[in-house]
Amino acid sequence: MSNYSADMIPKKRLLSLQLDAAKFERASDAEKEQHDVMRESTTFFKDGMRKLFKNPLAVISLVVLLLIIVTIVIAPMIVPYKYSEMITINGKRDRSAKNLPPFTYSQMELKAIEEGQEIFPHIFGTDELSRDYFIRVVYGARVSLSVGFFASLIVLIIGLLFGSIAGYAGGKVDLVLMRIVDVIYSLPDTLMVILLSVVLDQVLGQSLQGTVLASLGTNMISLFVVFGLLYWVGMARLVRGQILSIKTNEYVLAARAMGAKSGRIIRKHILPNCMSVIIISTALQIPSAIFTESFLSFIGLGVQAPMPSLGSLANASRQALQAYPYKLVFPALGICLIVLSFNLLGDGLRDAFDPKLRR
Amino acid sequence: MDTAIKTDRTRKMVATLLLFAAVFAVAFIFLPVLSEKILVGVILLLLAGMLFMNNDTGRYVCKRVLLAILTVFIIATITFFAMNAIPGGPFSKEKAPTAAVKAVLDQRFHLDKPLLVQFQLYLEGLMSGDFGISTKTGRDISVTIFEKFSVSATLGGWAVLTALVFGLVLGSIAALNRNKIPDRAIIFFTTLFVAVPSFILATLLLMVFCLQLGWFGVWSVNAPNYVLPVISLALYPMSYITRLTKTSMLDVLSQDYIRTARAKGVKERLVIFKHALKNALIPVITYVGPLTAYILTGSMVVESVFTVGGLGVEFVKSIGNRDYPMIMGTTIFLATLMVSMTLISDLIYKVVDPKITFD
Amino acid sequence: MSETTLLQVNDLRTSFFTDSGEVKAVNGLSFSLERGKVLGIVGESGSGKSVTAYSLLRILTDSGRVTGGQVLFNGENILEFSPQKMHSFRGSRISMIFQDPMTSLNPVYTVGNQLREAIRIHTDRTPEQVRERALEMLQLVGVNEPEKRLTQYPHELSGGMRQRVMIAMALACEPDILIADEPTTALDVTIQAQILELMQELQHKLGMSIIMITHDLGVIADICDEIIVMYAGRVCERGTADEIFYNPCHEYTKGLIRSIPTIGANHDKLIPIAGNPVDLLNLPKGCAFASRCDQAMKICLTDAPEEIRINENHIAACWMNVKKVYDEAKEEESK
Repeated sequence: MSNYSADMIPKKRLLSLQLDAAKFERASDAEKEQHDVMRESTTFFKDGMRKLFKNPLAVISLVVLLLIIVTIVIAPMIVPYKYSEMITINGKRDRSAKNLPPFTYSQMELKAIEEGQEIFPHIFGTDELSRDYFIRVVYGARVSLSVGFFASLIVLIIGLLFGSIAGYAGGKVDLVLMRIVDVIYSLPDTLMVILLSVVLDQVLGQSLQGTVLASLGTNMISLFVVFGLLYWVGMARLVRGQILSIKTNEYVLAARAMGAKSGRIIRKHILPNCMSVIIISTALQIPSAIFTESFLSFIGLGVQAPMPSLGSLANASRQALQAYPYKLVFPALGICLIVLSFNLLGDGLRDAFDPKLRR
Repeated sequence: MDTAIKTDRTRKMVATLLLFAAVFAVAFIFLPVLSEKILVGVILLLLAGMLFMNNDTGRYVCKRVLLAILTVFIIATITFFAMNAIPGGPFSKEKAPTAAVKAVLDQRFHLDKPLLVQFQLYLEGLMSGDFGISTKTGRDISVTIFEKFSVSATLGGWAVLTALVFGLVLGSIAALNRNKIPDRAIIFFTTLFVAVPSFILATLLLMVFCLQLGWFGVWSVNAPNYVLPVISLALYPMSYITRLTKTSMLDVLSQDYIRTARAKGVKERLVIFKHALKNALIPVITYVGPLTAYILTGSMVVESVFTVGGLGVEFVKSIGNRDYPMIMGTTIFLATLMVSMTLISDLIYKVVDPKITFD
Repeated sequence: MSETTLLQVNDLRTSFFTDSGEVKAVNGLSFSLERGKVLGIVGESGSGKSVTAYSLLRILTDSGRVTGGQVLFNGENILEFSPQKMHSFRGSRISMIFQDPMTSLNPVYTVGNQLREAIRIHTDRTPEQVRERALEMLQLVGVNEPEKRLTQYPHELSGGMRQRVMIAMALACEPDILIADEPTTALDVTIQAQILELMQELQHKLGMSIIMITHDLGVIADICDEIIVMYAGRVCERGTADEIFYNPCHEYTKGLIRSIPTIGANHDKLIPIAGNPVDLLNLPKGCAFASRCDQAMKICLTDAPEEIRINENHIAACWMNVKKVYDEAKEEESK
């Protein structure tokens, strides 16, 4: 105790302290807890969602995507035109309604309006076959979005299955499966898509006739087949990598040491941990599928006419580009908006949920 | 002084690379002239090299080259059998061949022989640079390919150069000005460009700068103007490289060795250009393979829009015409190009990044 | 400030400005370093030890900024140096080695290239002389086959070897101060001892001062002349090594000492410090350690303790010391 000497301690302090002896009582645990300003504890999911909704770009993209989806679901119920039919007035085909600019009426329609009929406006005008362009763009967006969605779904399912089997089984199974993946991965995908589309177009052509699938067109079927054959390898690699890294994590080893069964380990530990990465990469797969579809439409391997897709509409508009530039603008805007939204949403999801990026 | 820095390893690697580059150049130039023996020669050389060098680098290079050859072989196989799966065979579209003409054609194209023999003959033809004859024009496909490819190569080369230079510079600027105005502007525009399919971009550029403003003439053989096609081809990969460089640069700048360099008094300029840039380049090198693939498929679109007479247009035309031998030949040619570029980028990657073990 | 004082840090404050707010990593730190002495800075991860070191060399990352205080080197304030002067200052007057030798060397350049660069920056020797100096340094830090090492890449060397290279690089220009930021944490135990021994040996040979940063009190017990214990960016206690080990006057220091495993001691178990390090984003008022402190008093929760001189070699910032004096005074009164 000799080390402590009163004159070493500032006098002012000591005096002030002498006034308040109560301050030198032990603090209770509750008081101590209160003292600690803790960050609110959150779950991984809640924290991620909070981050996602704090990201304005991601929120805007989400809103834009929802608006587009609502539009393409509801619009065909409101707009009284069909994507494949010429405009008819009183049962007569309106041949004068070709290539109308947005929000204008043809002569026949004007006459009909004078007679007191109500004619729904052509929001985006009409095309060269007197079809309402707005409804065609809406259907085009429907087709493009569905193509993106289903292609990504196929990729997800096959990639998930293949990758998780390879990752979980390990050893020789993994080796063989991954060699297959390597080979497919080294093939130039766009060229293979073109090649298979050309071939499947001919091979499937006859066999599809008369079935429900025929209206979708052989090209779309072959697009899905191609995605199912080729594009899943990226996903398979991703899933396998995730599972391998999680499998060797301490918490999985601990669970195994405590006697947890494989099924439980997969359900409880592996899936939740690789879920975020898988969802993010699926979200980013959709725009790439939409791109591929529009590319195929461009080189003449897209959806079957008269079914429109945004890509085929934009491509068709090139025929009369100078006269009717708006025909390019609408579908082009559609593609860009959808792709941009998915990209930004995917980026936002990654920032919010990727565990590797968490500080 | 600086020669002392170069280790044995680097020198050996450079020598090996040069050797194989030379072998490839010779094989490529004389491919149409020499017979298929050249390929046997290349393989023998590789095997000899493998035995000779007896070091990791050599073995790695040999392994990758053999793998690339295997990939090209697989692509050729898929292409050949897929095309032959089309009902009626490649000549079904020929205009009403009489029995005699058909017999002559069959003999000329070995269609009277079993499929496997045909395949063997086709492969032998490929090795000596014979891609067969177009069913549409009757011209020698290899002549068409080499003739048209020079135009595409000019366009693609400029696009690659533009994408790489601007991508690297903009990416570095964005990384070094993180969260400041230049960074935000660059990221805004690159995000936008990544969402626009190349044919829409090309069409818009054509519409605005060619047709409306008249700044650039429409492409013709006599007055080729590569500016707009190069821009439309390069913007997407440029944006991608920009983002890649930024991410990679930021990652590198937060590494411990950058701190070490600063701590020992290296000037900021040198920290970035000597210590950071070389590390940041590594991920960009891996993108060279996909970049080539993108440029080659993208040039199909861009050439069609700007009516540039290159291989891309020819390919799209042959798809429209169902000119199967031409589709086959072009697919194999382009695929070989993509595989070679991926191979080269992988090899450069190993040279630049000494950490990578040669497995 | 005495003649032998080489470095004097007054009320240093460093913050990181993140999206979530200002993180006060160093919160008014003061200490001084004598020529030829070894100073240890001890604390848990996140206590601001490394940030202090980066602040001294001004190599903080983008979001970090020194917001106040002085760093006097031979009487000159480093914080006011121009960037040019700072470049020639780093590595020549104060050098630094880092925690993880695996990642602290640039993977794409050879060891020789990086070592020579360090020498070339601060001297105007000919390339031949630079090379000789590099070899000499490698020999000095006990690297075998130095000729061969110069041409090798960092990944071809072991961890201990790389840390030796780092030390060679740091000492190549004969700095006055070597800052070692957890130089042994990432190494095997046997290598740790070797590196510590090497640093001690070099210190005797070259006579520079060392600032040794660590979370492991055991590491610095032998080699440090003076020790600073940090918590939440502040000094808890500072004094000579003997004072800190045998007469700890801060509850946090006591906790740290209790949690050192010792061979032969009859402890049934180690006593860890409960709880988690404080959230630097929301520093509580009062003593930052209070919520984890067994002895916490009401005053600890409301008022920050000031530094109190225990004796001429020892300063501590803990209300317990005040209480002790207060109790003693009361006892005397009642007598």
